[in-house]
Amino acid sequence: MGPILEMKGITKRFPGVIALKDVNLVVQPGEIHAICGENGAGKSTLMKVLSGVYPHGTYEGEIHFEGHELKFDSIRDSEEHGIIIIHQELALVPLLSISENIFLGNEQAKRGVIDAETTHRRTVELLKKVGLNESPEELITNLGVGKQQLIEIAKALSKKVKLLILDEPTASLNENDSQALLDLLLEFKSQGMTMIMISHKLNEIARIADSVTVLRDGATVKTMDCRDQPVDEDVIIRAMVGREMADRYPHHEPDIGETVFEVRDWKVYHEQHEDRLFIKGINFHVRRGEILGIAGLMGSGRTELAMSIFGRTYGRHISGKVLLRGQEVDVSTVQKAIKHGIAYVTEDRKGYGLVLENEIKHNISLANLGGVSKGGVINDGREFSVAKEYQKKINIRCPDVFQYVSNLSGGNQQKVVLSKWLFAGPDILILDEPTRGIDVGAKYEIYCLIAQLAKEGKCIIMISSEMPELLGMTDRLYVMNEGSFVAEMATAEASQEKIMRAIVKAGKN
Amino acid sequence: MNSTVEAVAPITEKKSVATFVKKNIREYGMLISLAVIMVFFQYMTEGTLMQPLNLTNLVLQNSYIVIMALAMLLVIVAGHIDLSVGSVAGFIGGLAAVLMVEYQWHYVPATLACLAAGALIGGLQGYFIAFHRIPSFIVTLGGMLVFRGLALWLLHGQSVGPFPREFQLLSSGFIPDPLGGESLRMTSLLLGCAVAVAFSYMNWRERANKVFYGAEAEPIGFLIGKNVVFSAVIIYFCYLMSSYKGLPNVLVIMFVLMMIFDFITNRTTIGRRIYALGGNEKAARLSGIKTDRLSFYTFINMGVLAALAGLVFAARLNSATPKAGVGFELDVIAACFIGGASATGGVGKVMGAVIGAFVMGVMNNGMSILGIGIDWQQVIKGIVLVAAVFVDVYNKNK
Repeated sequence: MGPILEMKGITKRFPGVIALKDVNLVVQPGEIHAICGENGAGKSTLMKVLSGVYPHGTYEGEIHFEGHELKFDSIRDSEEHGIIIIHQELALVPLLSISENIFLGNEQAKRGVIDAETTHRRTVELLKKVGLNESPEELITNLGVGKQQLIEIAKALSKKVKLLILDEPTASLNENDSQALLDLLLEFKSQGMTMIMISHKLNEIARIADSVTVLRDGATVKTMDCRDQPVDEDVIIRAMVGREMADRYPHHEPDIGETVFEVRDWKVYHEQHEDRLFIKGINFHVRRGEILGIAGLMGSGRTELAMSIFGRTYGRHISGKVLLRGQEVDVSTVQKAIKHGIAYVTEDRKGYGLVLENEIKHNISLANLGGVSKGGVINDGREFSVAKEYQKKINIRCPDVFQYVSNLSGGNQQKVVLSKWLFAGPDILILDEPTRGIDVGAKYEIYCLIAQLAKEGKCIIMISSEMPELLGMTDRLYVMNEGSFVAEMATAEASQEKIMRAIVKAGKN
Repeated sequence: MNSTVEAVAPITEKKSVATFVKKNIREYGMLISLAVIMVFFQYMTEGTLMQPLNLTNLVLQNSYIVIMALAMLLVIVAGHIDLSVGSVAGFIGGLAAVLMVEYQWHYVPATLACLAAGALIGGLQGYFIAFHRIPSFIVTLGGMLVFRGLALWLLHGQSVGPFPREFQLLSSGFIPDPLGGESLRMTSLLLGCAVAVAFSYMNWRERANKVFYGAEAEPIGFLIGKNVVFSAVIIYFCYLMSSYKGLPNVLVIMFVLMMIFDFITNRTTIGRRIYALGGNEKAARLSGIKTDRLSFYTFINMGVLAALAGLVFAARLNSATPKAGVGFELDVIAACFIGGASATGGVGKVMGAVIGAFVMGVMNNGMSILGIGIDWQQVIKGIVLVAAVFVDVYNKNK
C-alpha cells in the first residue's frame, strides 16, 4: 500500500519571505507522524497548506491524498476529504455546552431544526471514545484544559476523519493529562487512524511517533523512521537547530549567599469561591544567587502563590508575612512589590505579559516608565536606547525595536517580557513557566540568561511543569501539591521519580 | 566630478523619501483625505468653502466637537466609550445660563463652577466604570438620559439668555489686534507665522533627538518638505482668517488644548499608560499601572472638556436651550473612529481625532452650502464613517 499523504515540493511565499521551500512530506497509512522544528520553522504554515487555510494556487507544489491529487479551496474542502486539524489554541466556545461545541458548524439538524436526541446520543458515543465521563450538557468553561483538549478531539472524531492533525496537543496539559492523551492517540492508531502531530516535546515523540520529519527554516532537513530503532533525542535536536547541542542546560556554578527573600505562613483563599482555602500556609525562602525551583502539577497553585505574593494580583483574604533581608515588607500592590525589587514574569505572556499591538520599546519600558522619563515626560531617545540595549543583550531577533510585539515569535516575545522586568531592576525574579511554548534554541538562550542573573546575585524563583528543566537549572526545589509545599530537596539529590513520588504520596494523605 | 556627485545625491535622497512615505502612509493618509475632501468642496462650491467668513464659521461650528473629541480619544484608547457627552454639554450650558442670567453670577466664577460640575459628572460616571466595573456603555447611556432630563428640568423647558457680553466673546470674539491693520489683522497673521516656525523647530528637534540616540529618523528631504508644506498651509489659513476678523478666541483655546493632548498622549508616562491599559489591561496592571484610577481620570477629563464644549456652544448661541448638544456624542465618537481609533482600545491618535472631526465638519459645511438636504447629509456622513474605518481595517489586515 502506498502512502496516504504525499506533499511534494511545497513552496509558500509571503511578501518578502519564503516560508516554505520545496518541502516534502510522506505519511504512511496508520502511522503517527511527528513534525518537529523550532518556532518559525514552517510547521504551522505547512499544516495550513495541507488543511486548505491557504487555498490551492497560493502555493507551489502538489498534495496527493489517497492516491489523488487534491486542490483545496478552503478548510471545508479538506474536511470533506477527512483531513481534520486541531489547532494549538483551542477553538471552543466557553459558554456553550459540550454537545453544542462538538457539533458547532455541523449541527445534527433537519431543515435547520436541531435534533436534540441525535445530538445527545452521538455526543455520549464520542465522549466515550475519548474516555470522558461528563454530561453532554456541561458547559465548556467548567472543564479543565485537559478535558477541553479531549473535547476538541471528540469534535474532530464527529467528522469523518481519515487524517488527524494535532498542533502541539499537550502544550498546555500537565503530566497526567498529557500521558492520557498520548495513550488515547495510540489507541486511535491501533484502530487504524493516521495522525500527524506537531510537538516540541521530544520525549512524547519518542514515545508515540512512528516516523519523524524535521523542518528547519522552511525546508525539510530530515525524515526518520523510528519503528526499527528508537530515535535518539539528540539527533532530532541537532537536526532542528542545525548545530551540535552539547548541553541542553548551561553550566551554572552556584554562588549562594544569605537569605534575601522569605515568605511565612502564606494563606490565600480562592478568588471565586471565597470560603475555599487555596494556598494553605506556605513557608519558603530564597538566598542570594540561588535558583529555586517550584515543581508541581498544573492546578497545584504555583501561579496563584506567585501572583498572590506579587501585589495580591490573585486571591482573597491573603494572610502571611513577606520578609526582605529580614525586614517585613508590604507587597500589597504591584507598585509596592516592584518598588521592593520583586518581578513576576507571567506564564501567559500574551494574556498577562505584553501589550501586543504596541512597539517592542514601549513594552520594555512599561514596568519602569520612571527610568525613561523626567517629571512624567518620556524621553523618546532614552527609551529607544534602553530597548536597543536589551535587544542586543538578550538577543531579541527583530528588524528594529519599533516592531509590534505581535509580529514576533514566541521565544522573542518571551525575551521582550524578560527585558521589561530586567529593566525594572529586580532583586527577586519569579519566572512562571519561562520557556513554555518556545523552541529549543531560544530555550537555551533563556536558560543562559537565568544562570547569568543568578551569577549577578539575583534570587530566581522558577516555576515549571517541565521537570527536566527544573532538574537541569535549579539549585533547590520545592514540590507543590494542592496548595501546600509537600517536599523540599536539593536539586543534586532530586530526580523526576522523587518529585512524582512526593506528589503522589501527598495526594494519598 | 562635481557634477556627477550632484547628480547622484538627489536620486538616493528621493528614493529614501519615497520608501519613507510608503512606510508611513497610514499616518498621513487621514490628512491627505481631509485635503482631498476640502479641495473637492472648494471646487464644488465654487470657492465658497475657503472664503474667510465661511472658514471662520467652519472653525466656530466645529470647535465644540473638536474639544470633546480630544477627551473622547483618551476614553476610547483606554477601552471605554462615553455616550453622555452631548447631554452633559447641554446640561452644563443650562447650568451656565442659570448661574449667569438668573443668579447674575460674574462670568469667571460661573465658568469655573461649570467646569467643576463637569469634572464631578465625569468623576461620578468614571467611579462606577472604573471601580465597580460596570460597562462604560451602560453607565454613560444612563448618564445620557439623566443629564438630558436634568437640562430640561434646569431650564424649565425654555431657552435662557442672553449671556453677559464678556462670556459671549468665548465663542464670538476674536483675538485683539494691537498691531492694527485696516483690511488685514496683522497680529493674527504674525501669530500664524510664529506657530509655523515653532512647528518646524519642534519637528527639527525631534529628528535631531532621534539621530542623537541612533534611531531611524525621517529623511532630511522629507522633513524639509513636510515643514514647508505645513508652514505654508498654516500661514495661508491664518492669512485667510486675518482678512476677515482675525483668529477666533475659541480657535486659540482649541489649538492650545490640541497641543496639550497631543503632548500628553505622545510624550508623557500617563499617556503611555493609557495606551497600555487599552491594549492589554491585565498586562498593564501586572506592570504596576493603576489601571482603575487611570480609567477614572480619563472620565473626569472627559467631563471637564464636555463642560467646556457646553459653554462654548451656549456662548455661540447666546442662550442655553434644553435641546443643546443633542446628538453631539455621535459626532464626537465618529470623529475619533474616522481618525483611526480602534473600538477595542489601545489605538488612536489625538491628531487623528481632530482631523476626523474636521472631515465631518467640512462635509457638513460643504453639503449645506451645496443645498443638500439634511436627509442625504446624514446618509453620506454615515457612509463616510463606515468607509473610513473599513479602509483603515482593510489596510491593517493587509
